[in-house]
Amino acid sequence: MARVFGSSIKRREDPSLITGAGQYTDDLKLPNMAYAAIVRSPHAHARIRSIDTSKATALDGVTAVFTGEDIKKSGTPGVVPVGWLLPDMKIPPHPVLASETVRYVGDAVAVVLAEDRYRAQDAVDLVEVDYDPLAVVTNPAKTVEEGAPQLHAEAANNIAFDWELGDKTKTDEAFPKAAHVLKVNIRNNRLIPQAIEPRAALASYDDSKGQLTVWMTSQNPHIHRLLMSLASLGLPEHKIRVIAPEVGGGFGSKIHHYPDEVIACWCSMQLHRPVKWTATRTEANLTDTHGRDHVTEAEMALDENGRILGLRVKTYANMGAYLSTFGPLVPTYLHGTLLSGEYDIPAIYCNVIGTFTNTTPVDTVRGAGRPEATFIIERLMDLAAEELGLDPVEIRRRNFISPDAFPYQTQVALQYDSGNYGPALDRALEMVNYKNLRAEQERRRGEGGKLLGVGLSTYIEACGLAPSAVVGSLGAQAGQWESGEVRVHPTGTVTVYTGSSAHGQGHHTTFAQIVADRLGIDADNVEVIHGDTDQVPFGWGTYGSRSAAVGGSAIAVSADKVIEKGRQIAAHLLEASEEDVVFEEGKFFVRGAPDKSQTLNDIALQAHLAHNLPPGVEPGLSATSFYDPANFTFPFGTHIAVLEVDPETGEVKLLRYVAVDDVGNVINPMIVDGQIHGGIAHGIAQALWEEAIYDGNGQLLTGELLDYAVPKPHMLVSFELDRTVTPCPHNPLGVKGVGETGTIASPAAVVNAVVDALKSYGIKHLDMPLTPEKIWRAIHQSGRS
Amino acid sequence: MTHISVEVNGKTYERDVDPRLLLVHFLREELELTGTNIGCETSLCGACTIHMDGKTVKSCTQLAVQADGSSITTIEGLSTDGKLHPLQEAFWEKHGLQCGYCTPGMIMAACGLLEDNPDPSEQQIRHGLKGNLCRCTGYHNIVKAVQYAAELMRAGNPEGGK
Ligand code: FES
Ligand code: FES
Repeated sequence: MARVFGSSIKRREDPSLITGAGQYTDDLKLPNMAYAAIVRSPHAHARIRSIDTSKATALDGVTAVFTGEDIKKSGTPGVVPVGWLLPDMKIPPHPVLASETVRYVGDAVAVVLAEDRYRAQDAVDLVEVDYDPLAVVTNPAKTVEEGAPQLHAEAANNIAFDWELGDKTKTDEAFPKAAHVLKVNIRNNRLIPQAIEPRAALASYDDSKGQLTVWMTSQNPHIHRLLMSLASLGLPEHKIRVIAPEVGGGFGSKIHHYPDEVIACWCSMQLHRPVKWTATRTEANLTDTHGRDHVTEAEMALDENGRILGLRVKTYANMGAYLSTFGPLVPTYLHGTLLSGEYDIPAIYCNVIGTFTNTTPVDTVRGAGRPEATFIIERLMDLAAEELGLDPVEIRRRNFISPDAFPYQTQVALQYDSGNYGPALDRALEMVNYKNLRAEQERRRGEGGKLLGVGLSTYIEACGLAPSAVVGSLGAQAGQWESGEVRVHPTGTVTVYTGSSAHGQGHHTTFAQIVADRLGIDADNVEVIHGDTDQVPFGWGTYGSRSAAVGGSAIAVSADKVIEKGRQIAAHLLEASEEDVVFEEGKFFVRGAPDKSQTLNDIALQAHLAHNLPPGVEPGLSATSFYDPANFTFPFGTHIAVLEVDPETGEVKLLRYVAVDDVGNVINPMIVDGQIHGGIAHGIAQALWEEAIYDGNGQLLTGELLDYAVPKPHMLVSFELDRTVTPCPHNPLGVKGVGETGTIASPAAVVNAVVDALKSYGIKHLDMPLTPEKIWRAIHQSGRS
Repeated sequence: MTHISVEVNGKTYERDVDPRLLLVHFLREELELTGTNIGCETSLCGACTIHMDGKTVKSCTQLAVQADGSSITTIEGLSTDGKLHPLQEAFWEKHGLQCGYCTPGMIMAACGLLEDNPDPSEQQIRHGLKGNLCRCTGYHNIVKAVQYAAELMRAGNPEGGK
């Protein structure tokens, strides 16, 4: 029988989703429900002189209009906190409804409750807010300059934190003696996450029980419950139930604790009736946390043979108007720590200054910090290759950490547990037929016309953040373990409860495969439950490519505990000693005597009947684990983009995209490939099309899908994938993360390919997104067009 | 209020509606057919795609009153007698969905595409689905699913392109 672990079984999630039966938050309705709509600031920075709600309140069908003053009067805290603390970080308060100052376009100032969503929207337009506009700053580096408008009294010069990692002295010493020094200035473009399902919440407060139930678009219901209780609503944690029904994609945007969901809950508590709030696309784009937005200066020192001697990085990271839940984590521990890439670099120093600006708060978007780091190092590798006259492949090989050097301690805190970078590179080169491509490129250069570009990204990722004690020492106000319960029913079927909370990743299928494989039972006999704080034990949710490695491991450990208990009972029934009883394909038997066996079903029944259990063994057959990983996992690989640039128009045409990833053992290849596809598309989009742009007044010019270029089907190609398998040595499944590899690797591969195509113009670097206009201008400014 | 009569998934509904009510809200809130999703309300994402009198339309850019007298199929009406439509079958088989939010609209759009062109090339599929966004799949498996559905349908599915 083919092993269920490692096979592409079809997703059990799909039947309801392909027939329209899946229930997302906005699909839910409760009797007597009111609709909430939020009044938002049209100014990026202004004092609120007054808010007049009388006209809105008077509108037929409007139940109530509330402002920040009302929340204050209610005695509810009404703020959203930050979940990652850095040394000396300035933390200005973030009220869910602003009552004195608004700091970005979209900042919430009032909420309207009405009998239907149209009425609510009408009333929003009738709320009169008198603003006194203030000067605006949007650029993360310029905001620290003298004379820049100040956002928060708590943060002098708009600096939230000034953070460093690595050895500055050692790094500075590497530069004067270097044969080559390469420098690049990078503006890593600001992204809007754009899950196709906008955020939404349906809150229902039951007065008689003092119980709040919230259905919401969440990647981590327990984190939301915790922060609702601790910081926002002041309700006891056990009186809040957060449920994530079907969630239509997250990409990091549904991790965070936002004002809007708190507002919906608070309104339900005031009105004593259910309240639903659903973001419009415009609201989603104004208020979902944005990503990236770094201004970076990076330098690399190399010796005459192209060996890296040192890397120095200084980054201004935009935090937006307030610190979002994990905002401070992204440009620091998710970025600085990845700067060694796949390379043996003896000295690295990274300085990150997190700054406030009059823009939407910035936090995780798929990849989160790691695409930015990968982009820096992979761009520098190409610049170095060019400078030294080496092939981009060769310079990478010369600097790879050698396969026998693992575990490898980087200069930026991480210890890579395993790796073998050569084979993935070899395979990718073979797949694109690299030699031929280069020859073809030469030939075309001579001919004129469209230019061929080939770009590499040999990347590493650190995901499945861990262990909890370490992340705690780095500032996390959260643990990074995961819970998993395996409950065997009397008939031998199983329900699994996981703290992971999928929103497209297919955990119902994959996690059932893990348990079925371990327990030797049919996957159809395993049900997986997630996304409900009243059903599953506390857990930290799904993000950071952690679910298989951490959540899956918790489940595997629980399954193993179930087997151990089963072995005790089986030994008793078989009248053998435990050490002699083996468990294979769902059966316990005495070693060498498989004919006389007890199936897991038999044992499950006996465990529940408890008529004949060994002394000291409790009835029942279930186990719960809280798995705290020993280290991150480190997926890696090589991505190669092959594309064409039309020098006449600046247009880029993607021809091929090859990705060879090592994500360790693979539970369901079909699902893993799907994750990689999505990640690659997202990263290519950052490289070529997507950018959130603010004008000088802090207006978001790309607030609609019309202006913000989420790729459409015809803009992409089919991807060519393969993998190498280097199992993770420290988790029971040998798996690593997969959800973000594509987004981390691909921006650098694509930009390297475009710059490679433009080599003859002497163009060394272009900032993303590489729009035709940008490329065309660069060609024309090169003086060689 | 305006009186309308609409056939949806083979059943006729008579309702008095606000003239400004969007068709997508009529389907989702009046008829509780929540399979049709909303991603933008501005005709750009395609999550709300349905069939109206045999044409593929985005139900967020139609008013309910415009649907008066028309015949509509939503994702809920696509399978017949409990049997999945070949496109539903194919999206499942080829992992053409992850979060599933774009999926009803994507399937309805693909359905229209295959009606016009029962044997589309990859490029024709990609261009044909231009009006529908998916953030999860990178479209790779959506293309595979549509190709596979076309195969299934050509292999003599009695429903043809319907
Ligand atoms: S909701 Fe209709 S196109 Fe987006
Ligand atoms: S499957 Fe999630 S948007 Fe398409």
